[in-house]
Amino acid sequence: MPALLDAEGLEASYGSTTVLHGIAFAVESGGITTILGANGAGKTTTLRAVCGMVKTTGAIRFDGQSIQGRATEDIVRLGIAHVPEGRGTFMTLTVEENLRLGAYTRRGATSLAAEFERVYGYFPVLSERRRQVAGTLSGGEQQMLAVARALMSGPRLLLLDEPSLGLAPLTTREIFRIVRTINREAGVSVLLVEQNASIALDLADHAYLIETGRVVLSGPAGDLRKDENIRRAYLGY
Amino acid sequence: MDTFLQQVVSGLATGGIYASLALALVMIYQATDVVNYAQGEMAMFSTYLSWSMMNHGVPYWAAFFATVAIAFVGGVLIQRIIIRPVQSAPVLTIVIVCIGLLTIFNSVAGWIYSYIIQPFPSPFPKEPIRIGRIVLAAHDLGAIGVTLLLLGLIYLFFRFTTLGLAMRAAAQNPASARLAGIRVGWMLAVGWGLAALVGSVAGMMVAPVIFLEPNMMGGILIYAFASATLGGFTSPGGAVVGGFLVGVMENLAGTYVSFIGTSLKLTVALALIVIVLLVKPSGLFGRAVVHRV
Repeated sequence: MPALLDAEGLEASYGSTTVLHGIAFAVESGGITTILGANGAGKTTTLRAVCGMVKTTGAIRFDGQSIQGRATEDIVRLGIAHVPEGRGTFMTLTVEENLRLGAYTRRGATSLAAEFERVYGYFPVLSERRRQVAGTLSGGEQQMLAVARALMSGPRLLLLDEPSLGLAPLTTREIFRIVRTINREAGVSVLLVEQNASIALDLADHAYLIETGRVVLSGPAGDLRKDENIRRAYLGY
Repeated sequence: MDTFLQQVVSGLATGGIYASLALALVMIYQATDVVNYAQGEMAMFSTYLSWSMMNHGVPYWAAFFATVAIAFVGGVLIQRIIIRPVQSAPVLTIVIVCIGLLTIFNSVAGWIYSYIIQPFPSPFPKEPIRIGRIVLAAHDLGAIGVTLLLLGLIYLFFRFTTLGLAMRAAAQNPASARLAGIRVGWMLAVGWGLAALVGSVAGMMVAPVIFLEPNMMGGILIYAFASATLGGFTSPGGAVVGGFLVGVMENLAGTYVSFIGTSLKLTVALALIVIVLLVKPSGLFGRAVVHRV
């Protein structure tokens, strides 16, 4: 099966600083791919490159169609939902308004009410807090809101940027469990960027390791888990 | 007591004008962190447009609504053509561009329409309205009504429509709004359009009182700044409340504090700006903005 998302020779830069030096990766349709790496390796930039949030050269294809150099607003309309670093919550808006914004691109045919029900089904706590201002939610709830907001757009590909950041281990596990459910039930493909290699490798079926903007290792998640270097450097045992 | 009530009502009428213009300023400030110094001159220019339409025989309300529409489109175009290219430039650049706009509108209006002061019609009856012993100007009451209706519609727009929600989102977190598929650039343009629309209504409501001339909005803009500062530049509702407060305070100070009279009224507004900035810089309803360094 051809990949849903694939990149080749992808370079990205902020001003004159090049952050990605020609990386290649792919996300299978229906699969979960993770990109691992230390702080500053270029993980976040990789996701930003997919969504056209940084200047890039090289090839990025989504569903066989080139998306390199296109505007963010147009890329997300193709069915890519990005949960950014820092969650991108609209702090002064209510939970419900945040979710309505998630569904901004899908006006018309599909009933929003059904979409709200589906998403509240995954995140019951958000349903309880639907009238609450998003800024008053806990960190874990805000991360759930960010994922829920992304789901409201009915994406085919979900980009997750460090969903575990700043969360208690139990909350992280809960969020990863929901991501797995969404992947299985709704067939949403996932590209996950994580510092927490252990939990990411548990979730993903394919993994890449990047160091200073280059892919240094890739393969099935199970193989990377067994890799001696990964174990020592990123899993810490 | 009668004088007091009359002064309060006429204060509310001018306060509504300040509130509208303050709201226009705050709408643009919230979306782009830019204070549009040309807001008053844009309103003045719109008012001249409606005036020349009426001079060509267009009935008042037809000219009114045509002007409102032109102001909206004009605001959108100004943002797209003039402001957008300097959007990411340093704040000072944008300030200079806005001041340039102010000067251009002012001189072009003087060039086309001359600097001679002109009367501007009010759509409301000339006879004052008497409630008991209180005599109220019909234009004051009408202007209050129009202003409240306009502010109410703006509120409903932002609160209940998807476009309004998208505009709030774009103002608050542009990067995240883009990820939701919102065309942030256009939202800013629509914001400028709406601000220009609100300003044009304010211009047409105040012109019968202060008369029509290219410099008519200079003082009004200072009051609008005082209103937005008092209510809080980060709070649209606060700016509106601030506008009404400033209108009433200004009128009462002019009436009851003998040395202020009419000549020192504008000074009251400036003093208010300084006092608010000293005592509570974020205004009555604003939030203190903390920037992460």
